[in-house]
Amino acid sequence: MTLDLPLVFAAIMGLAMLAYVVLDGYDLGVGMLLPAATPEQQNRMVNSIGPFWDANETWLVLGIGILLVAFPAAHGVVLTALYLPVVVMLIGLMLRGSAFEFRMKALGWHRELWNWLFWLGSFLASFSQGFMLGRYITGFESGFAFLLFAAVVGGGLCGGYVLLGATWLVLRTEGELQQKAIVWARWGLAWTGLGIGLVSLATPLVAQSVRQKWFETSWTFALMLLPAATVLCAAALWRSCGRLARGEPASDLAPFLYAALIFVLAFAGLAYSLFPYVVIEQMTIWDAAAHPSALKAVFYGAVVVVPLIAGYTVFSYRVFRGKARESLYE
Amino acid sequence: MQDALQLARAQFGLNIGFHILFPSITMALAWILVFFRVRLARTNDPVWRVSYQLWTKVFALTFGMGVVTGVLMSFQFGTNWPGYMRAVGNVAGPLLAYEVLTAFFLEATFLAVMLFGINRVPQWLHVLSTVLVAVGTTLSAFWILALNSWMQTPAGHVIEDGQLIAGSWLQVIFNPSFPYRFTHMMFASGLTGSFLIIGLSAWRLLKEPADRAAASALRTGIVVAAVLAPLQIFAGDQHGLNTLEHQPAKIAAMEAAWETRTRMPLVLFALPNEKERRNDYALEIPGAASLILKHDLDAEVRGIGDFAPDAPPVAPLFFAFRVMVGTGVVMLLAAWTGLWLTRRGAVPARWALWGFAALTFVGWIATLAGWLVTEIGRQPWLVTGVLRTADAVGPVSEASLGSSLTSYILTYALMLISYIVVLTHLAGKGVEVMQ
Repeated sequence: MTLDLPLVFAAIMGLAMLAYVVLDGYDLGVGMLLPAATPEQQNRMVNSIGPFWDANETWLVLGIGILLVAFPAAHGVVLTALYLPVVVMLIGLMLRGSAFEFRMKALGWHRELWNWLFWLGSFLASFSQGFMLGRYITGFESGFAFLLFAAVVGGGLCGGYVLLGATWLVLRTEGELQQKAIVWARWGLAWTGLGIGLVSLATPLVAQSVRQKWFETSWTFALMLLPAATVLCAAALWRSCGRLARGEPASDLAPFLYAALIFVLAFAGLAYSLFPYVVIEQMTIWDAAAHPSALKAVFYGAVVVVPLIAGYTVFSYRVFRGKARESLYE
Repeated sequence: MQDALQLARAQFGLNIGFHILFPSITMALAWILVFFRVRLARTNDPVWRVSYQLWTKVFALTFGMGVVTGVLMSFQFGTNWPGYMRAVGNVAGPLLAYEVLTAFFLEATFLAVMLFGINRVPQWLHVLSTVLVAVGTTLSAFWILALNSWMQTPAGHVIEDGQLIAGSWLQVIFNPSFPYRFTHMMFASGLTGSFLIIGLSAWRLLKEPADRAAASALRTGIVVAAVLAPLQIFAGDQHGLNTLEHQPAKIAAMEAAWETRTRMPLVLFALPNEKERRNDYALEIPGAASLILKHDLDAEVRGIGDFAPDAPPVAPLFFAFRVMVGTGVVMLLAAWTGLWLTRRGAVPARWALWGFAALTFVGWIATLAGWLVTEIGRQPWLVTGVLRTADAVGPVSEASLGSSLTSYILTYALMLISYIVVLTHLAGKGVEVMQ
């Protein structure tokens, strides 16, 4: 049996990107929520992501790395087309990462300044990621409507990250901050719902191939299970936030899991819309694939190493389980 | 298009030059932390606890800077050099992928355990985490230098179906210049990291002469530097001979040797004149270059004229090489003087501490100078004999390049100033006050 390596790598790349969006998504969401908290709460919020943000960001490097290794032709096309938003995202990520390190060591107005840069970096990175997604789905078409669409996706992704960040805080904090986070989560959910709704309506209008895949097929009815499941997740998320807010017995993990599930479903829809293209309407994964020798060289390594990565990531989440405290170095 | 090429090169040079500042510290600092951690586990002496905690924080800060500037590198290939991946992606890609897979996750995850987990995991696991972070940084250097060396001295590749692919991965990875470059870079990191420790510990001792932890960290740094400095000079010489064999044009430019001749003089100082193809105001030792390069006073050494037009520019290589060698000699003298001044647990006099503090970032100067020599020395090739830099550049407009370059410069200025301020602040205050 021969493996269809481009397909395997498309799957790995997709999963790495999904892992990035969910994992760094909650970091970026926490960063965007920072200005809404008191200084003591800000410390706990940043501490809740302290042991994780670095590894979380690495998923982006892996995703882009696989695009580069497995689909070198597409890597160049996609990234030159997205030149400026990529620059904005990178500067955002640099500001966020530096602010994380520097705010811990700063006092007074210096810390205040780094808090704002933390927020700014998180926002720039989130918005530009959504913006890039919007450009990508529409095949980098030029024109005002397409840019507006990309901006709406950017705003929607910010909402999604706020939702992830808020539900992460529900899980990782207690007391007044947790109550605040529940309110944030509900706002984030409303914002995300609006974003997903707008994007779902607009995508078939701006991207023809997406319309065909969803509406000009006998599968349309079955495909509608996807948005239906998303609505169910959102309802369950809203309810579990309500139970937690009223102090009724409820899992503090549930909101985050529902939020993550919404992202998984949105991702599945996106993957279905795009497949088998890596550059929409232009280049399929097989057109863009690297030479089999290069794919094989990475595949064998990945088979050995990825389970190890998964193993010590789980280990890390076990070591750092529980509620965040004010000081990181206890 | 020529301007776009220059802008793209300037931007890549800025990005990778800024990035290398941080790994050049963390690669070695990680192993010094292993030493501190093992000493702490063995002796349980608070001096080692303080050193470990302080330098772990410095490490985390530096590592964080390295991560965020490194993320940028993975995008740069696509945004600015799409031709690179198209031409040699089948070789370069897997090497980069292995760096991500084997190093990045390992470092990031276990650094968190190092930093925040000392009371959450058993001691053996904490020591192991420190070792794994050091292994991760070294693996990262291994893969990226394998790729860098392959671009300098490509080997092991074949052309199949019109595509360049790896014929033998072992030959690709262990290409002719790799062992030399890897050793040279690891020693360079050792010196950069140890001088950072020397400089910042001296700074702390100037403020608080009774700080035992700073005194022992100073001694550790000095011993490491005193051992590595002469080893580095030897490794550098070997690397130079390897370059002479595989990239003679680079050596000719470093030595500002314009024409092929016997009894090649060693140019101590000159202003290389690219237009007239000669050296102005030259100060030379007759035959010394032949002696150093061929170990024979009368041997013939090839000049840059032999390689034109595929030859690198002379002046930047000539000067950068002298800066690198000069700072190397300064580090050797400082480390050996320090060895004497700190014998039997003595704390050096204030003038010496000021001198050490002034040398805190000397390793950066040497590293950047050496990096300029080797990378500019590869021009006009991106991959020697395989791909020209001009053929790899992307279609990005000069306006986009100009605005991104400006944004990067502003962001980097903010990051670098903050980094140095926080570092001196951390080291100056010591650990007790900080907690």
